[in-house]
Amino acid sequence: MSVIAHQQVAAGGLWSRMSLGQKQRIWAWGFLAVPLLFYVVIRFWPTFQAFYLSVTDWTITRPAAFVGLENYKRLLADALFWQVFRNTFLYLILGTPISLLISFTVAYYLDRVRFMHSFIRALYFLPFLTTAAAMAWVWRWFYQPVPIGVINDILASFGIPQQPFLRSTTQALPAVLAPAVWAGLGFQIIIFLAGLRAIPVTYYEAARIDGLSEGAILRRITIPLLKPTLVFLVVFSSIGFLRIFDQVYNINTNDPGGPLNSTKPLVLMIYQTAFSSYEMGYAAAQTVVLFVILLVISLVQLRIMRDR
Amino acid sequence: MTSVASSRGSLPMSRIRPGRIVSWTLLFIGGIIMVTPLLFMLSTSLKDASQVYDLRVIPAAPTLDNYIEILGDGRFTRWLINSTIVAVIVTLSNVFFDSLVGYTLAKFRFRGRYIVFIAILSTLMIPTEMLVLPWYLMASRFGWLDSYWGIMFPGMMTAFGTFLMKQFFESVPDDFLEAARIDGLNEFTIWWKIAMPLVTPALSALAIFTFLGNWTAFFWPLIVTTSAELYTLPVGLSSFAVEQSIQWEKIMTGASIATLPTLVIFLFLQRYIVRGVMLAGLKG
Repeated sequence: MSVIAHQQVAAGGLWSRMSLGQKQRIWAWGFLAVPLLFYVVIRFWPTFQAFYLSVTDWTITRPAAFVGLENYKRLLADALFWQVFRNTFLYLILGTPISLLISFTVAYYLDRVRFMHSFIRALYFLPFLTTAAAMAWVWRWFYQPVPIGVINDILASFGIPQQPFLRSTTQALPAVLAPAVWAGLGFQIIIFLAGLRAIPVTYYEAARIDGLSEGAILRRITIPLLKPTLVFLVVFSSIGFLRIFDQVYNINTNDPGGPLNSTKPLVLMIYQTAFSSYEMGYAAAQTVVLFVILLVISLVQLRIMRDR
Repeated sequence: MTSVASSRGSLPMSRIRPGRIVSWTLLFIGGIIMVTPLLFMLSTSLKDASQVYDLRVIPAAPTLDNYIEILGDGRFTRWLINSTIVAVIVTLSNVFFDSLVGYTLAKFRFRGRYIVFIAILSTLMIPTEMLVLPWYLMASRFGWLDSYWGIMFPGMMTAFGTFLMKQFFESVPDDFLEAARIDGLNEFTIWWKIAMPLVTPALSALAIFTFLGNWTAFFWPLIVTTSAELYTLPVGLSSFAVEQSIQWEKIMTGASIATLPTLVIFLFLQRYIVRGVMLAGLKG
């Protein structure tokens, strides 16, 4: 608008005679043509198709037939689904607070460290760059019984009895969660550090002149001013834990989600329903449930954080 | 406001107190614990089968035999090549298209611009898992299963990258672009030659994220590939021990090969990567 008017005055000559606004519009849509085709074919169309598939009985061999809400009814009556639902939320409600607490504590103290700052930061960040499929093997090895398992070896040297870890239905889920938390910490720490640095130093100086203690500064200045960072990280990591798959699948490739489905998250159930049982319609209904959960969680969290 | 630290926006700390030494030491120990799994992985990859049960971090007799054997077995090299091809092509595509779209939405005025932006942004709400089944259907219908294109096509553009680039192009002054227009450059050249060099920090952040995301991607490659020749490294790794009894030193070598490229890239580009994560986290 004003840009174009300004241009017409400034440019004169060739451009002004060719109706610059029109020319710009043609360029813009020309630039967007291929990307829009991509978004329509690879994003929007499949989204609608996923909803449609969820009300069909499509399997690989049989063409899809409309079955109404049959898949959803079946899901609600499926004991495995409720087990998986519980597991998925366990990943979320254990993983998000634990990882945020650790990463905030590290970032809070690391922010004040000058000596070898970037080296220490690098130590915490490196696990973020790893491949879950590769790291699952490392952790799986750590969790083995003696003599091979590193953790059990350490426990044994302190005289603590052997732990079954991945073989136990109660210990397996935390054991699978640990590598996921471990790998995500570096990212959260970097984001927290960025947030901490964005707080103007004058606030701290003023608070110190007023004689506030370190604890009071943390509670009254640092944390409130860090709220946007916190909202972002809570939503980001919650979504990550709700969608956990790579770590779970790879740490137990013989029986993914085992033992006895005690570590199986929703995405793994989707994968197995679709590509082991080939019940695509039923799997599609599960993906719609995942979508709804993710949507609700992000909306609720944004609301809570905004109100506070 | 006189201290140097004010430019960094962090706490000015002049005195060294005992508490400071304690917190430094704890942070350092924590950092070492964080890299312990990586150290054990690398050290075991340098041991032969008889030393695996010896849990010393420094191998008594380090050997590269595992690497020679694994890389000599053609499959693993193939997976390495597959992963590289896929990650590089998808990254180039994202750097090109995401910034083109981001630039168009930031710098052009035309009807429908806002709708296009909202439409692209709304795809962020749709989890990949929901699209995987239709993608699979599409891939099988068009014969894309078990091909590079099949692995790559869902990720060729992302709403995240588009949004990130749009944010950055908005800070590019219009005067620059107008000056180029006066010089008679066409819009494509203005974008490519004038605007793109002004947002290189964002481009490097986008490139790093896309590469890392695709290098470690597991879910979709696992679904779309069926023959071992087309596995990417993560998929190959997960199939690794199914067929043979677990040989930990071989597995750790494979894991190391999958991990080392990103670690080496990090060592060289640490500043850019950390800045990129911060940029993406704050703007995205």
